[in-house]
Amino acid sequence: MSIMHKLFGATAALALTAGAAAADPAIVFDLGGKFDKSFNESAFNGATRWAEETGGTFAEVELQSDAQREQALRRFAESGANPIVMAGFSFATPLGDIAGDYPDTKFVIIDAVVEAPNVKSVVFNEEQGSYLVGMMAAMASETGTVSFVGGMDIPLIRKFGCGYAQGAMAADPEVEVIANMTGTTPAAWNDPVKGTELVLAQKSQGSDVVFHAAGGTGVGVLQAAADNDMLGIGVDANQNYTHPGSVLTSMVKRVDNVVYDAFTAGEAVEPGIASLGLADDGVSAAMDEYNEELVTAEMMTAIEEATQQIIDGEIEVHDYMSDESCPSLSF
Amino acid sequence: MDAMPKWAEVVLVPLISLLLAAILSALVILAIGESPWEALKLMVDGALGSTYGWGYTLYYATNFIFTGLAVAIAFHARMFNIGGEGQAVLGGLGVALVCLFIPFPHWSLALIASACGAALFGAAWAFIPAILQAKRGSHIVITTIMFNFIAAALLNYLLVGALKPAGSMEPATGRFPETTHLPSFQDMFSFGEATLFRGAPANISFFVALAACVALWALIWRTRLGYELRAFGHSESAARYAGISPTKIIVISMLISGGLAGMMAINNVQGEAERLVLNAVEGAGFIGIAVALMGRSHPFGVLLAALLFGFLYQGGAELALWTSIPRELIVVIQALVILFTGALDNMVRMPLENLFLMRRRPPGPDRKSTSAEGAR
Repeated sequence: MSIMHKLFGATAALALTAGAAAADPAIVFDLGGKFDKSFNESAFNGATRWAEETGGTFAEVELQSDAQREQALRRFAESGANPIVMAGFSFATPLGDIAGDYPDTKFVIIDAVVEAPNVKSVVFNEEQGSYLVGMMAAMASETGTVSFVGGMDIPLIRKFGCGYAQGAMAADPEVEVIANMTGTTPAAWNDPVKGTELVLAQKSQGSDVVFHAAGGTGVGVLQAAADNDMLGIGVDANQNYTHPGSVLTSMVKRVDNVVYDAFTAGEAVEPGIASLGLADDGVSAAMDEYNEELVTAEMMTAIEEATQQIIDGEIEVHDYMSDESCPSLSF
Repeated sequence: MDAMPKWAEVVLVPLISLLLAAILSALVILAIGESPWEALKLMVDGALGSTYGWGYTLYYATNFIFTGLAVAIAFHARMFNIGGEGQAVLGGLGVALVCLFIPFPHWSLALIASACGAALFGAAWAFIPAILQAKRGSHIVITTIMFNFIAAALLNYLLVGALKPAGSMEPATGRFPETTHLPSFQDMFSFGEATLFRGAPANISFFVALAACVALWALIWRTRLGYELRAFGHSESAARYAGISPTKIIVISMLISGGLAGMMAINNVQGEAERLVLNAVEGAGFIGIAVALMGRSHPFGVLLAALLFGFLYQGGAELALWTSIPRELIVVIQALVILFTGALDNMVRMPLENLFLMRRRPPGPDRKSTSAEGAR
């Protein structure tokens, strides 16, 4: 009997703590984990920045398996967390399934579009940022060959590669662009060894600047570039600091700002589709003290001009996902 | 041999193993600065405190029942089937092909057909290692584990290529048609206003798993084939002398084993995901080994062990959701339980046996002392 009492007490206490956590925002990280030095970590940084500035708390979870996606979303929604932010396109299917069950909860999904009245979908114009770093790559290259390492071979990653090639060719019409993908499964996001091998293969084909869009695999890409006298270009988060002097720049995707803004807006998140590009500071080429010696004044003027022209619509960067084809690069 | 009474063997040994695992887990949780008591409460409440929790616990348990039974039946014939993972992957493929390409008028027909498809594919995947063992003596442990990799690669190939709908970014098949969706516990047990098992993935295949438990029990202890299987498991040479064909027993036991592992797919692929994704099995094939070990290869024991592991999985997920215990550590806790109940069985058994022997001894010395008194 007393055990029953204790159990009931425990449940009651638990219910209380759950109540206290209500209306806090929540974030769900993808399988890569929140310390991937890239996409998820950027999201995590945005959440921590919000927590530090406002003194608020947020719920978070790193998933262990695919089956937990829906579970995590439902549990957070039922606990009253609002809004619930999820990082990664893999959440599109589970979110589409459950969004209707929680009409009062706002969901924010990054990198995918889910059409529902309570979902805000945030996508980035990665092709624009990739275009800029492509220009820089072509200008920095001495061999006239630059390369790209993608993670998993999906349209989203081809979009990076396509913009990169177009930018490189805009800066130097003679440039040769080599592109390789790490794999076709999610394991390709976390295979630094394969990333290193690809860079070495690209070097033997003459490349001396390499841009990666490969999540955790990119750690190996940047390392190999630094070890072999090449220049690397980081992605998603600012990775210039990882190998000072060997990382030309990073194609920064401000996932952190999306999370920060969503947490700040709280329940007032505007549903709909937001597409963030150069004009909204959603993507950019990172400049800081770690790469200032690598970036010439010429490059700076070139990308500033290009940025303005893209914003004004004078330069149109091709979006691979619009028609699943790329005029400047064949994969 | 019978150092312990039956009840101690069946109840006490697993219980003490569990307790040891729990104590070690508690120490681990303490070491990272969280309260083990809170963690335990969260796990129990999250896994068993609501119909929602039960829905997830039973869902995981259903997977483990199938894979546990698969390992158990092979154990009875002294075969160590480590290929449950690969067989379940192939079972998933069978389910996906049946559901995607045959139009069904009703889910009940779809369930029967996909269960057959799953079992057929799983059994076929176990058949090759079995025939290699029976005819060529290639060790079943090596071949089945290698077949896991081949299965993963095969599924990978199909999901990236032929089975992926155009324009999709994920390596997964399209949705199965509406008529193949199995009724979930929410559909089955919610009446009127009350919504029970809300959103939980447990579905009708749990009852298929229960039926499989009973069927397997009957097969092992109530049929001639079961007798031959056990005889072969106890002594191959004796079985051979009695006219039992080793080839037949090896192949049949592995076919049943592979079929059962494959049937897991009606739960996770047809019941939960309703499409085939990469890595749908998520290690359940390997957990099945621990489940069979802990359940002493008895279908009823497998059922209980599967429930325990279902609890651990769902409780672990709740821990990840509501505490800052990192997910790696939750795997450590789950692994501790597997270690103690599966691998370190003798560590508990031996001292316990000695204890029981000592308790049985007292009558001996007593008698001696009385006789000594009598002599005096």
